[in-house]
Amino acid sequence: MSDRKNDSTNDVSTHSLSNLDLETPEKPYLDSNELIINMGPQHPATHGVLRVILKLDGEKVLGTECVIGYLHRGVEKIAENRTYAMFNPYVDRMDYCAAVSNGLGYCEAVEKLMNVEAPPRAQYIRVILTELNRIASHQLWLGTHALDIGAMTPLFYTFRDREEILKIFERYCGARLTTHAFRIGGCQYETYAGFEKDVTNFLTFFAPKIDEYEALLTTNRIWLERTKNVGVISGADCIALGVTGPVLRASGVKWDVRKAQPYANYSKFDFEIPIGTNGDTYDRYLVRMAEMRQSMRIVEQAVNGIPEGPIMGKVPKVIKPPVGEIYHSIEAPKGELGYFIVSDGSTQPYRLRVRPPSFVNLQALDLMVRGALVADVVAVIGTFDIVLGEVDR
Amino acid sequence: MPWTSPMVEKYRSQYGSGLDPLTYLGQNYLAVDRSLIPDILRLLRDEEQFDYCVDITAVHYPKREKPFDVVWILYSFPRNERVRVKTQIADGASIPSSVPIWATANWLEREVYDMFGIKFDGHPDLKRILLPDGWKGHPLRKDYGILQQDQEWVQINLGIESGQ
Repeated sequence: MSDRKNDSTNDVSTHSLSNLDLETPEKPYLDSNELIINMGPQHPATHGVLRVILKLDGEKVLGTECVIGYLHRGVEKIAENRTYAMFNPYVDRMDYCAAVSNGLGYCEAVEKLMNVEAPPRAQYIRVILTELNRIASHQLWLGTHALDIGAMTPLFYTFRDREEILKIFERYCGARLTTHAFRIGGCQYETYAGFEKDVTNFLTFFAPKIDEYEALLTTNRIWLERTKNVGVISGADCIALGVTGPVLRASGVKWDVRKAQPYANYSKFDFEIPIGTNGDTYDRYLVRMAEMRQSMRIVEQAVNGIPEGPIMGKVPKVIKPPVGEIYHSIEAPKGELGYFIVSDGSTQPYRLRVRPPSFVNLQALDLMVRGALVADVVAVIGTFDIVLGEVDR
Repeated sequence: MPWTSPMVEKYRSQYGSGLDPLTYLGQNYLAVDRSLIPDILRLLRDEEQFDYCVDITAVHYPKREKPFDVVWILYSFPRNERVRVKTQIADGASIPSSVPIWATANWLEREVYDMFGIKFDGHPDLKRILLPDGWKGHPLRKDYGILQQDQEWVQINLGIESGQ
């Protein structure tokens, strides 16, 4: 032990700074105040391939920069080279946790451009599946977000219950995640025998499960410590930054595309828009929990009122919208998902632009984590509920 | 189809032929002259309460004299109304940035620059966003083929012959 100590003191004397003949740098050699570190792209808490460059002062975040595009597949370019019907499955691959919502937005945008409407029965099937998908998306968010913060149990609970929704999707259209459930003009598949029963059974099964999630987290002291007053953003900042969805609503702005500019047949259903007051991570959690309950209300009304009739509108075999342009947006689980389509009268879109909620929302990250701790960055990335497939497209 | 409303009439008398209000399938848009940007955008936000910039994008028409359409999709929370603003610009021309008007324009304009090569004057940090910094070409231009890629970039940075 004593030998070692002697060795090390010898080392220090031989490598003292004066022997190395260093020029004095303008800044202190080891700047103890600022540190730039790289988080991601291969980091479990970034929910995919998001890279965040963090400028730190100890544990405190001074600024961030997001580097995105690792998952860029050129969806908008692909759209220009596919027919309208061929592009339909591609939209599922953007926000792959809410494929049904993407499909609904795209089909409705093309329908609007062609001035046709899906028949009532198709509208009801669409609403049921879309709202089930919203619940599934929020479940996935809750599980992973809680896991990021350190609560592992909710992940198992939410994935177990999400399975029931995926089973309904699988029985309906054969796919669980990238469903391609809808077609331009309606739905391709009639509901299977026992669809209504499966959906009703799910509702009775799921109602106590939300209470179970809430029992795990809502009054959990660690959860409160980690989420209260973390990543606070005001309603005015949300609007300036174009942030939509549950993040906007948690900041107290009562705005939801389903109510503000109703699409599909949402105006027929009775539901509320849950809002928060503080705009922090905890309020966003409460808003999404309440949204799941509201989605259940919509599904219940839709499944009880589902009319008989055709499921496909009068749409020509070859889809050729007239020359013109359209912007149509829906309330996806993450926020406002919009499609801007320019048609030149041919079978392929001349230009198709996707307005991705995750991409726009992610821009607010810098504002929300400035002055917070590194651990809060993980909480804030989780609270956005971003899907990198949609950010990068 | 022309679009008529009290708001439009007011601006029409102010700007004359530089502003062409149109409507299609119930959606209103203003085709404006390049010289009215960003004044008209600022007016729409400050006086007409279009406080939320939903999206900024562009469309490429290679055969036109001014080949690019830049499109702003706006929404007003107080009015619950959408409007689009459209302007034509020449290839290589730049356009004033709308970041001072809506903070959200930052990434949206970077994406337009990345995909079309349209420059925004006064943008705080105009660089590529989805593609790597050293990439050549702007993929959403019509003359950029769907199989085209920056071979050199792929070979140097990924160490493979081709990304296809």
